[in-house]
Amino acid sequence: MHAAPTTATEHLNIVIVGHVDHGKSTLLGRLYADTGSLPEGKLDKVRDICRRQGKEFEYAFLFDAFLEEQEQGITIDTARTFFKWRDRHYIIIDAPGHKEFLKNMISGAARAEAALLVIDAQEGVKEQSKKHGYLLSLLGVRQVAVVVNKMDLVGYRQDVFEAIEKEYREFLSQLKVTPERFVPVSAKLGDNIANKSTHMPWYQGLTVLDSLGLFRKETARDKQPLRFPVQDVYKFDARRIIAGRLATGRVKVGDKLVFSPSNKSALVKTVEAFNTEPVPTEATAGQSTGLTLDEQIFIERGEIASHEDSAPVVSTTFRCNLFWMGRRPLEAGKKYLLRLATREVECEVAIIHRIIDASDLAARETRTIVGRNEVAELTIRTKAPIAFDLYGDSEVTGRFVLVDQYDVSGGGIMTEAVKDEHTVLREEARRRDIAWVKGDVGADDRARHFGHRAALVLITGGRHTGKSFLARRLEGQLVADGRHTYLLDGANLRRGLDADLVDENSGEIIRRFGEVARLLIDTGLIVVSTTNAFGGADHQAIRTLVHPAPVIAVHMSKGEETPPPNTDLAFAGPKDFDALAAQVIAELKTRGVLAEALGAKPQFHYSI
Amino acid sequence: MNNHLRQLEDQSVYIFREAYKHFDNLAMLWSMGKDSTVLLWLARKAFFGHVPFPLIHIDTSYKIPAMIEYRDRFAREWRLNLVIGQNKEALAKGMNHTLGRVECCTALKTNGLKNLIAEKGYTGVILGVRADEEGTRAKERYFSPRDKHGDWDFREQPPELWDQFKTTFPEGTHIRIHPLLDWTEINIWEYIRAESIPIIDLYFDKGEGTRYRSLGCAPCTAPIKSTARTVDEIIEELRRTTVAERSGRAQDEGRGMELLRKDGYM
Repeated sequence: MHAAPTTATEHLNIVIVGHVDHGKSTLLGRLYADTGSLPEGKLDKVRDICRRQGKEFEYAFLFDAFLEEQEQGITIDTARTFFKWRDRHYIIIDAPGHKEFLKNMISGAARAEAALLVIDAQEGVKEQSKKHGYLLSLLGVRQVAVVVNKMDLVGYRQDVFEAIEKEYREFLSQLKVTPERFVPVSAKLGDNIANKSTHMPWYQGLTVLDSLGLFRKETARDKQPLRFPVQDVYKFDARRIIAGRLATGRVKVGDKLVFSPSNKSALVKTVEAFNTEPVPTEATAGQSTGLTLDEQIFIERGEIASHEDSAPVVSTTFRCNLFWMGRRPLEAGKKYLLRLATREVECEVAIIHRIIDASDLAARETRTIVGRNEVAELTIRTKAPIAFDLYGDSEVTGRFVLVDQYDVSGGGIMTEAVKDEHTVLREEARRRDIAWVKGDVGADDRARHFGHRAALVLITGGRHTGKSFLARRLEGQLVADGRHTYLLDGANLRRGLDADLVDENSGEIIRRFGEVARLLIDTGLIVVSTTNAFGGADHQAIRTLVHPAPVIAVHMSKGEETPPPNTDLAFAGPKDFDALAAQVIAELKTRGVLAEALGAKPQFHYSI
Repeated sequence: MNNHLRQLEDQSVYIFREAYKHFDNLAMLWSMGKDSTVLLWLARKAFFGHVPFPLIHIDTSYKIPAMIEYRDRFAREWRLNLVIGQNKEALAKGMNHTLGRVECCTALKTNGLKNLIAEKGYTGVILGVRADEEGTRAKERYFSPRDKHGDWDFREQPPELWDQFKTTFPEGTHIRIHPLLDWTEINIWEYIRAESIPIIDLYFDKGEGTRYRSLGCAPCTAPIKSTARTVDEIIEELRRTTVAERSGRAQDEGRGMELLRKDGYM
């Protein structure tokens, strides 16, 4: 049988998974050999190597390229192989079954659209058969055909096949995975791989090869709401291009885009492309593209653009299912880097709800660590708010990885957004920003004119620690340098704007303070504030309301003490206020709020 | 352009942009062959006509002369920043393929590249390696770490899922980046056709009934029998062939590639 020349363009990614030694690589080799898909001489070359090394030829050697793999007779790493049959191209990924190499199996399965899961008829359903089944469901691979291999070793008995089918079908049903079919085969002897077996007249179903043909191509994601994670902002020439790849949906010239979590918005001016005629006016899901906007708003990598009426969730807290591949266990309370689409943010595991045992899905075990190759249900909290979706709504923006030191060590899917203490204010800020009526002068115009960006300097600390002194000195120095700065004292608001408030402890005081600061920031000012009356939780509320403006938090104390979280500068003990003010100004430069030199053309540490 | 080519292009462009974002000292290998020229074209796609990092050519001194002419012409036309690396020491000592093919490749290509990486301090190197070329490349990652000796530890490859790549690494090590991993030989030619990419004419038969299918050093690369004179004819020929692409490349014999690649070969 030779594959006929074809001009088919549909490509399908398929992964072969299952317990170690159940015959995945053999199945793959056999599939290629029996369809005439191997390059000329390949089979002879491998046969020759086997003869010289004095061992029996195995089809598995065709793809286990490493010497070590052949010597040990196991697959260590995923191989990507290319195969063409009838109207379709297949990229078949052979994944290792040994639990040592689970992370390699995950790398392979994560890019698959369908899976063949191999179970040894003689050994039956084993640990990795279940684990792989479970991971497929977590990785979003929903099309699964189960191949019961080595039927020759059980005398091609129907009852053995049916018992395995019954057991494994029950297991998969708990994961809400319905296998497409079960196929009894002997990969070694070629039964039911490409050719129908004569040894199992009781089986009337399809061969493995025919099963491949029935896997469906994933449907396009362009009907879903737009998700455009910003990958980078380029300024190679006169164009300022927002580069990225559409996860879902479509975008066209003239669309109003809202960026989350910064809540900034602008209209799409052009869709950029190199060597493309005619010039495109829209982009759809999956495309790597570039957009220019009608307004030079400052946005960064990691934000997600959407349309106004269908924005993603924004929160700091969510519930998820996660598999851990790290050399060190995942620990509750430890800091990790979370990466979701193009966003990177520090996070910690707030709660480990349970470890999920793939062989017994009902088991509940509570622990403070998640070990290598374990799956767990967690609540994760990020340091700053992130934009995301639930996995069920949008796969690409509903999944994330955790990085431990240098290594991607875990992968998870978001199952539930959890409200944090600032959800109400965040929602208010979001509605307000998205609907904000803008003048013709944008933030970048003001920054260019003033020689600095707007920012909030928040000075915290106990009584008589010199907050007020520093604030005055700072305002004075900045204004003397030609920076537009204003000292905002909460007490002034209390006597005026807040005069109608009866309850002094009401959150309304904070809300009003935050909104005033937000307005002043919109005018392009550097706002310096000593919020003596407010506690730590209130500072977080203010940050939420002025987000995404830069906040420089300065903490002052008489003696050594632990500053509140997110403090940028901590000053303890007796003070030289001029020196402290200079330190705050240096921090403003580091953060890109101030241009490095006065009078010079402002060169900010961010791309305009 | 068909859907699959478009998807390959989108994925490669995504990889390029991730590489550019995460690596301060990035460079790309250009051998003037079809793959690395497609790679170069994809970089121009990713960065809207610009190539914002240097291109490395490891010159073994045994390359076919037409390749050097082609290199210099497009370096000028596309305003490329070309960096040429050469293991002069090994050449001075007379290294050539008759002293052993693996030895020669190691000295002139692998070590030539390693020396240049060390000298320039590149932390990310982009290469046009494809999974369908040979067995060990089928097991590669898009972002593949090399240790401080430039060696590849294929037993401990990083997980790679959901387009989250390995972009953090200890000092002194570097990452090889492979945007073409998912492409096949025929995809390369289909893309050359779809984008009208100017390709070196050694790939075409000029009336003698032979052409190169894979380009390397003159002594170790043999032309194949073929009368394909155009990109269309090459595509048609590839659809019918069952001969491996690198059958004309001598260093692939035996376990040559595994040994070479473990030590940091492309």
